[in-house]
Amino acid sequence: MILGLLIFFPMLAALVAGFVNNGNSKKIALGASLFELFLFHVPVHHFHPQGGQQFLLDVAWVEKLGIHFKVGMDGISMLLVFLTVLLVPIIIGASFGHNYKKPGLFYALILFMQSALVGVFTSLDAFLFYIFWELALIPIYLICLMWGGKDRARITLKFFIYTLFGSLLMLVGIIYLYLQTPGAHTFDIEAFYSLRLDRATQCWLFWAFFLAFAIKMPVFPFHTWQPDTYVDSPTPGTMLLSGIMLKMGTYGLLRWLLPIAPLGVQDWGAWAIGLSVTSVVYASCIALVQKDFKRLIAYSSIAHVGLISAGIFTLTIQGVQGGLIQMLSHGINVVGLFFIAEIISSRMNTRQLNELGGIRLVAPKFATYFLILVLASVALPLTNGFVGEFMLMVGIYQYQAWVAGVAGLTIILGAVYMLVSYQKICLGEKNRLTEKFTDLTRNEMLVLVPLVVMIFWIGVYPKFFLQMTEPSLLQLLDTIQTASSR
Amino acid sequence: MVLLGLAAAFAVNILDWNTNQVFYNDMMRVDNFAVAFTGVLTGVTLLWFLLSPGFFREESSLTDHYSLIVFALAGALVMSSYSNLIMLFLGIEILSIPMYVLAGSRKNSLASNEAAVKYLLMGAFATCFLLFGIALIYGATGTFNLAGIASAIQSEGTTFLLYAGILMMLIAMAFKASVVPFHFWAPDVYQGSPTQITAFMSTVVKTAAFAAFFRLFWICFSQHIELWSDTIWVLSAVTILVGNITAVYQNNIKRMLAYSSIAHAGYMLMSVLAMNDYSQGSLLYYTLAYSLSSLAAFTILVLVSNGGNETADSFKGLMSKNPMLAFVTLISLLSLAGIPPLAGFFAKYYIFSAALQNHYTVLVILAVIGSLIGVYYYFRIIIAMFQGEAVEERTIAIEPVVKAVLILASIATLVFGIAPGLIVSLL
Repeated sequence: MILGLLIFFPMLAALVAGFVNNGNSKKIALGASLFELFLFHVPVHHFHPQGGQQFLLDVAWVEKLGIHFKVGMDGISMLLVFLTVLLVPIIIGASFGHNYKKPGLFYALILFMQSALVGVFTSLDAFLFYIFWELALIPIYLICLMWGGKDRARITLKFFIYTLFGSLLMLVGIIYLYLQTPGAHTFDIEAFYSLRLDRATQCWLFWAFFLAFAIKMPVFPFHTWQPDTYVDSPTPGTMLLSGIMLKMGTYGLLRWLLPIAPLGVQDWGAWAIGLSVTSVVYASCIALVQKDFKRLIAYSSIAHVGLISAGIFTLTIQGVQGGLIQMLSHGINVVGLFFIAEIISSRMNTRQLNELGGIRLVAPKFATYFLILVLASVALPLTNGFVGEFMLMVGIYQYQAWVAGVAGLTIILGAVYMLVSYQKICLGEKNRLTEKFTDLTRNEMLVLVPLVVMIFWIGVYPKFFLQMTEPSLLQLLDTIQTASSR
Repeated sequence: MVLLGLAAAFAVNILDWNTNQVFYNDMMRVDNFAVAFTGVLTGVTLLWFLLSPGFFREESSLTDHYSLIVFALAGALVMSSYSNLIMLFLGIEILSIPMYVLAGSRKNSLASNEAAVKYLLMGAFATCFLLFGIALIYGATGTFNLAGIASAIQSEGTTFLLYAGILMMLIAMAFKASVVPFHFWAPDVYQGSPTQITAFMSTVVKTAAFAAFFRLFWICFSQHIELWSDTIWVLSAVTILVGNITAVYQNNIKRMLAYSSIAHAGYMLMSVLAMNDYSQGSLLYYTLAYSLSSLAAFTILVLVSNGGNETADSFKGLMSKNPMLAFVTLISLLSLAGIPPLAGFFAKYYIFSAALQNHYTVLVILAVIGSLIGVYYYFRIIIAMFQGEAVEERTIAIEPVVKAVLILASIATLVFGIAPGLIVSLL
């Protein structure tokens, strides 16, 4: 029941916020998302890491076709639902400084998106998963289209068609699997897991699913929609896209791709790792030469997610575990960094690194928080970035040492471009523009403090999250093992 | 009075559920398939009447048009419940002749006259093919009765006469359903006719054509699927691709919708091709979902273009001018594009799974590509709507009935999308 509430409460709140449609919409949205975060303490209390799928809700939806509304959470889902319910209030809070036109619609779309995201992370029925997967796309598309930058019509359409292409391929894969299930067909994930498909079938299924997820993440060479979309979207949209939505792709790998097509992964996993590592290095190199801070973060996001995806495909417990923790950490860090970019551009009307400098002298608090986020992003020990990336590197090293060597470049290159941009923005002499930079307001502090708390919590005491997820991940790897050995 | 009559017909029709009655010496058979399609056809016509009060106001010969539409509907109903080839022929003619007149009902417009003539000529061609086909099949099997034909084919095997007959029938039905390469009349006719008539043609007429198409092949020729499946495979693929790709290049929204309706005919053909347990239900669901959204889209086009500009520009700034209308447009276009959780998505999904059931994987992938192209042109309207400023400051006057029905259609699109079981469990 609690899961039904978690999924549909934001949708109801979206209707309320939409109908109010004035300055109060943002307060309603913030209140609703905080209440959703509060609701999440119920599953946290009752969750048993060893218990497999919990909080199950299973209602027949279209009985004749074997479609069920079946949702549940194991450790993997818990972590991602936590990420969603944590970040959405922060994202809404981050938008308080900006008065968007048609606020009712804007906040309704954000809440609607939250519903869909929670649905994606908890669905245990392939059809339901697909519905939520697409449902998450519509609000973000409209957010980018209506409140985005200059060239938004072309960019958002490219984004939409790109992602829809991937998901339609996945749909073909899902229908195919559905027709393979014995007896009266079903979309149940357990039935999909226990299918015995031959190697050739699994190989094309691998690509059907992998393309959908790779476009969403995105992984090289399917990333071309991403930088433009991130830069052109309004900041809350960018945060939703980078903080939560790209995790749909990596989550999809864990929940759907690996257990369903393990033989396909055996054959093509090396290619997937190759593409992921390529995108790590490629995106890091491009980030090095970016002048626009927001675009730089967009590329850095490709690099980080490439590492996550590579780690997951190693099929080692460290790699998968690290990938999962890094999904949480990356969500927190990237939202913080985009918020920093938003603060800069709303005060200075520019995000060009060369025009900035010396902000530390006029805004010490801002510089401190920014520094913490930068360090977390370059994986300094005691920050959340370190935990995830370290485990990812261990996992990749076990898979193939030289791959870890190449992927490890991300840490070096990441340190270079993040620290250089920090230097250009905060250090040095202040100029005529940055003189007028005002320090953080109370509202902005309220957004940044929880993020920093999370950074240190995960960095210093990751055990809480590791314990929550480890049994589920071991079980997952076990499922893959048995499926690929039979 | 027409409304009352239609509502009564709708109610009486529902009473016939599960009765499987036979009328007029086995000329018509009211099985569940017929009842379901009759329901869709009468329901859509009812909505159509409610949505087009403007059409009847501006025309001179008002009563004629009422009766012509009802006549056309009668033809459509015959087409969905015939059990004899003669009745099929009569149904098509009863449907078509009023449509020829209605296409030309804007007497002072050159385009409307052109549409009527084109439609008549092409329709006559199709009729010739149909009659020829019926004659050949009669020659091969010695009967006009559908069940009789099926059993004759069963007992006597296939002959060359039969092949030719099936081919002729196929061509005739493809003409009516505007399947590529027999679609050339459709864009001109759709564009030239008054928009309300176009809406009627692309919903009721198309549904009826497919009901007839499906019924014919389902009852008579489903035993010998190998005779015609390759042909329909190709027709379906070509229709989806040509319809969608050509639609991208259209500036006129009405013409674009015409091509998109051709593309949708391609998807519907997939259910004829599949010929399995799913295909009846999927065709029914598809025609219903498509008719609801398409009707709404054409009505909105009438409202925003107001007889003038029919390019995407006329939709510009609709979101700021009239949010309600913008939302209805959004829902109907997303449904046409096949985006969940709307009815159009489930319709596509259902048809795809029917086709995949019979291992038409390549065709499904082509159809997927087609729907992606579809997204591109439908979204042009959505983008225009949500972005950009209105070209002319003109408030859009909507009558309360039209407004209510449009909202109803959107809600229905959403409800059928969320709870497809309502329709799917029927057939």
